[in-house]
Amino acid sequence: MGKGSFTKYLLITLSSIFIFVMLIMPLMVILSEAFKNGISAYADVLSDAFTLHALRLTLFATFVSVVCNTIFGLFAAWALTRFYYKRSKFLTTLIDIPFAISPVIAGLIFSLTFGRIGWAQPILNIFHIKIVFAVTGIVLVTIFVTLPFIARSVMPVLHARGTEEEEAAALMGAGGFTIFRKITFPHIKWALLYGIILCTARAMGEFGAVSVVSGHLRGKTDTLPLLVEILYNDFKMADAFAVSTILVLLALILLILKNVVEYKWHSAKE
Amino acid sequence: MKKRIILFAVLLVALAVMAGCKSDSESASSTQLVNVSYDPTRELYQDYNELFIKHWKEKTGQDVTVTQSHGGSGAQARSVIEGNDADVVTLALEYDVTAIEKAGLISKGWQNKFPHDSAPYTSTIVFLVRKGNPKNIKDWDDLIKPGVGIITPNPKTSGGARWNYLAAWAYANEKYQGDDTQMKDYMKKLFANVLVLDSGARGATTTFVENGQGDVLLAWENEAYLSLKEHPGEFEIVSPSISVLAQPSVAVVDKIAEERGTSQLAEEYLNYLYSPEAQKVAAENFYRPTDENILKDYADKFDLNMKLVNINDPLFGGWDKVQETHFTDGGIFDQIYSK
Repeated sequence: MGKGSFTKYLLITLSSIFIFVMLIMPLMVILSEAFKNGISAYADVLSDAFTLHALRLTLFATFVSVVCNTIFGLFAAWALTRFYYKRSKFLTTLIDIPFAISPVIAGLIFSLTFGRIGWAQPILNIFHIKIVFAVTGIVLVTIFVTLPFIARSVMPVLHARGTEEEEAAALMGAGGFTIFRKITFPHIKWALLYGIILCTARAMGEFGAVSVVSGHLRGKTDTLPLLVEILYNDFKMADAFAVSTILVLLALILLILKNVVEYKWHSAKE
Repeated sequence: MKKRIILFAVLLVALAVMAGCKSDSESASSTQLVNVSYDPTRELYQDYNELFIKHWKEKTGQDVTVTQSHGGSGAQARSVIEGNDADVVTLALEYDVTAIEKAGLISKGWQNKFPHDSAPYTSTIVFLVRKGNPKNIKDWDDLIKPGVGIITPNPKTSGGARWNYLAAWAYANEKYQGDDTQMKDYMKKLFANVLVLDSGARGATTTFVENGQGDVLLAWENEAYLSLKEHPGEFEIVSPSISVLAQPSVAVVDKIAEERGTSQLAEEYLNYLYSPEAQKVAAENFYRPTDENILKDYADKFDLNMKLVNINDPLFGGWDKVQETHFTDGGIFDQIYSK
C-alpha cells in the first residue's frame, strides 16, 4: 500500500465516521426510540386525533405557502432578471431578508404587528379578523420564512439564459403569457421544481416562527414540529419520537424527489 | 390561457380554505372554552376535561368543548397577553398570572377568587435516585457527602431550579437555625456536588434519566413520578424531611371571557377543580390535592410528613424579595457558587 492510498483510506474512513455520527446515528436513535414501547403503542400515537390534526395542519400550511411562494417567486424572479436592472440588487436583498432573520424574530414581528398589542390590532378588530394564535398566522409566518427559496432557485437560470429568445418571440408578436409558456417556462422548469421541493421541506419543518404565533392550541394550531416539542416536554419521549418519524418520512420522500429532479435537470442540460 | 385559470383557481381555493379556518374558530362562542396551561399538565387536563364536560352537561344540558394549550409557563403567559384568546389560565407560577393581570386582562384580587390562594393542587421538590438507592440518600444532609453527584438546573436561568435551591435553603435554615454563615456553607457544599448545571428543568431530567449522569436529581414530585412511569423499575423517589410548597395558580381571564360570553363557564371550570372527583384526578396525575380528605387517601403516594414551606413564608418573603437576595448578580447564589 503506497503512501497516497493510505491518505485516501484515512480520509474515507474519517468521512464515513463523520457521516455515521452526524446523520445515521441520529436517524437510528429516532427509530429505536419511536418503537421503544412496541408497534401497537407506535400505531396508537400515529392514529391519535391530535396527531392527525397536526399532520393535516402541517400539510395545509405547507401547501398554501408553497403555492403563494411559487406564484410570487416566479413573478419576482422574472421581474428582477428582466426589467429592474438598476434596482435589482436592492430588491434581491429585500427578498433575502427571511434568510437572514432568525425565525423566532420573524414570529415576534408578526405577533407584535397583528397581536393584541400590535399596531394593526384596531383595524383587525373592526373586521373581527384574528391572525396570530390562529391558523392564518401559522400560514403567514410559514410564507415569510420560505419566501426566498423559489425566487432564488429560478433567478440564476433566468440570468444565464439571457433575454434574446424572449425578445425574438416578442418581435414576432407573441404575447407575454405565450412567451412565458413556450420559452421561459421550459428553461426554468427543473430549477422551479427544485425550489418548490426545498420550499416544501423548509415549510414542513418550520418550528421557531410558528411556535411564537401558534398559541399551542391542541387540535387547532399545533403543527407536527410543535407537537413533538409538547410531547417531549411532557415526558412522553416515545410519543415525541413516534411523531418525529412522520416528519422524517416526509423529509425522505422530499429528498428522493429532490434527487430525481437533480438527475433529470442534469440530463435535460446535456 | 389554461394555466392562468388554474393559477387563479388554486389561489381561490387557498383563500377559501383560509377563510374557512377562520370562521371555524369563531363560531360556537358560548360552548367553547380555551385553557392555556403549562408543560407537564397535558394529561392532567386531558382527564379533567372529560370529567368537566360530563359535569357541565348534567348541570346545564349544554355540550362544551375544551381546547388545551401547553408550553413553557412564561411563554404561555406572554401569548395570552399578545392575543391568545384564553378563557382560563392554569399556569405554574403566580408571577406569570400576575403578568397577565398587569396587562389588564385579569382583574385584581384573582388570588382570592378561588380557595387556597387560587391553587387547586400543589407540588413539591423531591429526590429522584437510582434503583436501590445505592448512595443511601435519605435527606438533604446526604447530598453534601463526598462522591454524591447531584443534577439540578441552573437557578439563574430556570424557574424550576429556583424552587430546588430554595428547598435546600429551607432545610439549611431549619438545621442551622438561621445562622447565615453555616447556611451558606451548606449551600456551597451542595452546589460543589452538582455534576451538571443544565439551563432548564427538562434538560436536567434528560441528563439524569436518559443519559445516566449523577446519583440524584432534584425534581418536581409530579415529574419524578412521570419518570418512574416512563422507566419502571429504574428509579426511586425519596422525600426529604423539608421542602417547598409550590402552588400552580389558576384564574379566569376576565376580559376575554366577557368578550366571548364564557364568564360563567370559565368560573365553573376552575371551581369544579376543587370537587372531590377532580381532586382525585389531580392526585392520579401526581399533583397533591388541596382537599385534605382526598390527600389522605393518597398517603401512600405523597409523603404527608414532609414539612412544606410556602414562598410567602417569612423565610423567603415572596418572589420579589427572593429574587433580590438570592438570584441577582452578586446575590447569595453567586456567592456560594463562584467560589
